[in-house]
Amino acid sequence: MEKDIILKAENISKQYRLGQVGTGTLSHDLNRWWHQIRGKENPYLKIGDTNDRSTKGDSDYVWALQDINFEVQRGEVLGIIGKNGAGKSTLLKILSKVTAPTTGSIKSRGRIASLLEVGTGFNGEMTGRENVFLNGAILGMTKKEITSKLNEIIEFSGCERYIDTPVKRYSSGMTVRLAFAVAAFLEPEILVVDEVLAVGDAEFQKKAIGKMQDISKGQGRTVLFVSHNMAAVKSLCTRGIVLENGKIKFTGNIDESLDVYSDNANSTEHSVVFDSDTKRLGTGNIQFISAEISDQFEKLKYEFSIGDDLNIKFKLKNNTNEAKSEVGIQIKSSDEMPIFHIMGRDSNFELNHITEQEEYIVSIKDIRLFPGIYTISLTSNTTTGHQIFDSIENALSFQIMDGGKYTIRNLPRAAGLFFLNPEWKKL
Amino acid sequence: MNDNNTPNDWLFEITPKNKFFSLNLKEVWQYRDLLFLFVKRDVITVYKQTVLGPLWYLIQPLFTSVTFTIIFNNVAGIDTGTVPPFLFNLAGITVWSYFTACLTGTSDTFKVNAAIFGKVYFPRIITPLSVVISNLIKFGIQFLIFIAFYFFYYFSGSNLTINSTLILFPVLIAFMGILGLGLGMFISSLVTKYRDFTYLVSFGIQLLMYLSAVMYPMELIKKKLPEFGWIVEYNPLAYIIETARYMLLDIGEISLLGLIYTFTITIAVFFIGLLFFNKTEKSFIDTV
Repeated sequence: MEKDIILKAENISKQYRLGQVGTGTLSHDLNRWWHQIRGKENPYLKIGDTNDRSTKGDSDYVWALQDINFEVQRGEVLGIIGKNGAGKSTLLKILSKVTAPTTGSIKSRGRIASLLEVGTGFNGEMTGRENVFLNGAILGMTKKEITSKLNEIIEFSGCERYIDTPVKRYSSGMTVRLAFAVAAFLEPEILVVDEVLAVGDAEFQKKAIGKMQDISKGQGRTVLFVSHNMAAVKSLCTRGIVLENGKIKFTGNIDESLDVYSDNANSTEHSVVFDSDTKRLGTGNIQFISAEISDQFEKLKYEFSIGDDLNIKFKLKNNTNEAKSEVGIQIKSSDEMPIFHIMGRDSNFELNHITEQEEYIVSIKDIRLFPGIYTISLTSNTTTGHQIFDSIENALSFQIMDGGKYTIRNLPRAAGLFFLNPEWKKL
Repeated sequence: MNDNNTPNDWLFEITPKNKFFSLNLKEVWQYRDLLFLFVKRDVITVYKQTVLGPLWYLIQPLFTSVTFTIIFNNVAGIDTGTVPPFLFNLAGITVWSYFTACLTGTSDTFKVNAAIFGKVYFPRIITPLSVVISNLIKFGIQFLIFIAFYFFYYFSGSNLTINSTLILFPVLIAFMGILGLGLGMFISSLVTKYRDFTYLVSFGIQLLMYLSAVMYPMELIKKKLPEFGWIVEYNPLAYIIETARYMLLDIGEISLLGLIYTFTITIAVFFIGLLFFNKTEKSFIDTV
């Protein structure tokens, strides 16, 4: 069967100029223009580094996106994930025609509407009702469309009482609710959504996610979704694109994409040594030097089966002669959901420091997690917890593989988190 | 929907550059409600939380006219013929302020709307168009006060006549708007990269007024400064204002050639402005 492609991106690249626009702009403009009239290629397109925020480049130009190719099918909900600065927002900006790509093209068979940030164009002096019309029109609705949905929009926002009050008198939460309500009733063929769920209270967030699910599943609309809320991405999207430094690292179903993404964030090694490049927080009184994970046979490994033991070994360096400390270990799933948190005191264990460097091991017997990738974060602090000595997010990761001694069936990650095999009895 | 599978039925394509020239009128028409709402927003929010409200529309031209009458007519002694100097000034200022409002309103389109342009797409030209239209409403109100004073002077015995070309007055105002829009779009495109133009507009517009025959008849400058009179003569703005006074008050002299010249320049400025605007709108958000 022929695929019904609604959106196609071909070789999309986007170049940005670093530093201050203004110094040297004129000379670059003139040089560019001089090349153009002689029919030569833009001289500044050839140079440019890949977009890695943390390393210092030698060029004034960077590629925020490079050679992005993908296709989206009708009715698909595509999650675009990646670290800060990976190029997600740039891609969405290009898709929503806010800015043009430097090279390449995007072809579309449907109207694209974007929700890059709710409340765009709200005017404080105008009433809620007037703003619904204005905002709706900015997002591409006609007056007729808005009028026909006005009651639904107002009801969804839950701001009925204030609808004829100027928006400047609204609380920020109310503004956001109203703005999201307008956006939620847009009916484009393709909807581009960026981080809108990060607003409002928990109840409203739930409502918003529900609405997004309606839009994608119920109404069969195509949605491109960018969010750092991995749980939201997971529950909404069917397919994912992982961006890294402006390039596509992975395209595939959403679970795999999330795994690749969380993989991106840390090492796949079973042991790590922390050095000055490690991103860490805290006073540094006590610091982690290294950590490693192994199974019940003390074999260092990254891939575990359900029912294996997980041993976390770590080395501490005492920089300021602390007598006591406490260590916390947090395990999170690939969608950033905390699964559990372990502290020494839970097992009546105290870390009393005598020498400058000491090594500890924490054995978790019989791990019963569903297949997927999990991350381990390490924290060292005072026994009271008032002061953090050292904290390393996603220091290590491990993967639980399908199969193993307990499981004979397939365990999709969407079905659950903990694998239990309790006693069954017929009564 | 019927031929989804043919390869070339894309609804639209996003490419690095616009075609050399494109004014997507169909798209602008699709967004006409937005244009209307922008105009409405501009009109109802301008003087919110002021005591005098829309009266401010009237205060500004009236006081300026009074000042001009005192300075240029009573002190400097510029002769306005049979027409009362106040009415002469009011006519010039009303038309001139429509132009300045259009120019200043549109010349920072990209800068002022960067936040909204950075979030959502709609035809960018809607914004400057809405400025020109909402200022037209403001102009309409100011023009009413001109008519009121016209009748006041008429019934108090001044020798006033109306020219039969008055029916073409709306066309003239449209051209004034188009000229302001064209120039404004041109400058707004440059402002995205070079902020210098913002300052140029704010003080340049004051100087331009003196070159645009607002407070004196065109004939006068030709008589008094024969060697520099051509600057005013070749200024399309001066010509439009002179023509407006010709239509409203039946004074001054205009020629068909001058009108053709003015209108040609106006159309040219508009299209150059549009060209730059089109080129800028695609990726100004990276430089603004």
